[in-house]
Amino acid sequence: MAETLFKKNMSKKTRKLLKNKLTILGLFIVILVVFCAIFANIIAPYPNDVTGTVNFSSMNLAPGKENIFGTDEIGRDIFSRVLFGARYSLVMGVMVLIIAIAIGVPLGLIAGYWGGKINGIIMRLTDIFLAIPSIILAMAVAAIMEPSLRNSMIAISFGWWPWFTRLVQAETLKLKNEQFILASQGIGASKWRIAFIEILPNCLSTIIVKASTDIGFVILTGASLGFLGLGAQPPAPEWGTMVAEGRVYLPMMWWQTTFPGLAILVTVLGFNLLGDGLRDYFDVRVD
Amino acid sequence: MGRFIGKRLFGIIPTLFGLILLIFLLSRIMPGDSVRLALGPEATPEQIVAMEEKLGLNNPIPIQFINYIRGLFTGDMGMSLRTGRNVLLDIKETFPATFELSLISMIISVAVGVPLGILSAIKNNNWADHLIRIFSLSGIALPRFWLAILLQLVFSYWLGVFPVIGRGTIEVANITGLRIIDSLITGNIAGLSDSLLHILLPALSLSMATAAQIMRMTRTNMLDQVNKDYVLAAESYGLPENLVYKRYMLKNAFISVLTTIGMQFGSLIGNAFLVETVFGWPGMAQYAIQGIMYKDYNAITGVTLIIGFFFVIINVIVDLLYGLFDPRIKLES
Repeated sequence: MAETLFKKNMSKKTRKLLKNKLTILGLFIVILVVFCAIFANIIAPYPNDVTGTVNFSSMNLAPGKENIFGTDEIGRDIFSRVLFGARYSLVMGVMVLIIAIAIGVPLGLIAGYWGGKINGIIMRLTDIFLAIPSIILAMAVAAIMEPSLRNSMIAISFGWWPWFTRLVQAETLKLKNEQFILASQGIGASKWRIAFIEILPNCLSTIIVKASTDIGFVILTGASLGFLGLGAQPPAPEWGTMVAEGRVYLPMMWWQTTFPGLAILVTVLGFNLLGDGLRDYFDVRVD
Repeated sequence: MGRFIGKRLFGIIPTLFGLILLIFLLSRIMPGDSVRLALGPEATPEQIVAMEEKLGLNNPIPIQFINYIRGLFTGDMGMSLRTGRNVLLDIKETFPATFELSLISMIISVAVGVPLGILSAIKNNNWADHLIRIFSLSGIALPRFWLAILLQLVFSYWLGVFPVIGRGTIEVANITGLRIIDSLITGNIAGLSDSLLHILLPALSLSMATAAQIMRMTRTNMLDQVNKDYVLAAESYGLPENLVYKRYMLKNAFISVLTTIGMQFGSLIGNAFLVETVFGWPGMAQYAIQGIMYKDYNAITGVTLIIGFFFVIINVIVDLLYGLFDPRIKLES
């Protein structure tokens, strides 16, 4: 009985989710970006242009039939490069969130469930990390390492985990005195077991929503680091790096900066729309 | 009130201390020999040792940290390897430009974001609401450095209506370091219009995403109020809609919006770095980016710390403002 009710309820909510046009648009964009990232070497008209290949015959061409986004100063097809750029952005978004969750969630569970001094120490630590705007902290950390995609991901994760710690700590505090937790305590389950087997699954929807609303911002921050030269290095077709490279050729070759930037905008918009939809679906507040 | 401010300021000391420790440790584990980089390839080993001694780099890290903290109390943030000056002096010169840009952007963001957020909430699910929401969703997703480049391309290069780079070309007396304020104080009309002309595009590109964020928060929080009893009561008394919206609902909704504004100041300054790069704005970004290239660890530490301090203070101010909007938050307790 309860189960069928649950199913009915779910399908109603799912239907509501699918009814929201903006969420559908977001889902469509995300699928498109993932598709581009996976099959970039098949879809891209000039897959070899990802590297530093030089084609003098096709330098600085404006967008046209052959190259719909135009070509750059050494004749590489911008469209092909933008397609491959999706890989960098997706890897960036997913990896940073995996690291942030892997660090932030256990700390939040421990802080919330153990309480006392441990809670004080962990939450103070998050205060310190959150005392600097995350983009500035990411820049500072990236600045002390050699610039690369991997290091920029480490740099962004460095300032991102405290958000998950705070969120999970608050959730844990709410769940701590629920009947089922008290029951587990009664039958003598260990603290670790209760925190990670009983409480954690109940925080999952919040974590998922937080991650899905964050991924767009992570991608945006990653592109910003790339733009400052603190991320993936040329000739990598990372979008932020491409915008920075193309800036030198303004105002004449406007397409070199315009299209990679547009790709960032569309991708981030897609993830934000989807994240919004998921937030309504799970009905949790994460901000 | 005084006690609350004192208590709140006292409470940020551990955070600030932790912040200093964190940034300091980060800067000391920086790989690459920054001293060698600063002295150039010709430097002899003796010169490098002498320089390291001068900078105190030969001391153990804990001693270095104590010295750094001691220096902070006397306004000494260490010597910049690139400019050879006290980092604090360098920051003092570049901070006002960044601050002015961020402040103007915040004013634009609030002036645009709050009214549009209210409008969107009032016209819930109307076409105006949809339009505003689409604008805000794309605004948040907009890379600010890219918007800056587009605005510069169209309005400065192609149409030629705005200057391409810089803060201004007309001389303005330096009093506060904020060109707009300074030209107002000295009655320098030409300087004022010159400054406004220069700041408009950078401020616009910086404020778009912030305005969108504020708009979203205003809308959500206004909608949260709509079904509250006090709104129903006010409406049934026959109070004019406008009064209910502005005096009653907004005042309640604004508390959460205020938090957003405080948080957004941080991302505003962070993104100011990117926008400054595009518009050749002589703020902290140029100083910091040069510092990064030279591995100028004192400069990087200094800039990060100043921004951290600034951000912490902004959030204290936001906390204090809560009391103005919500009498239930007793500042004394």
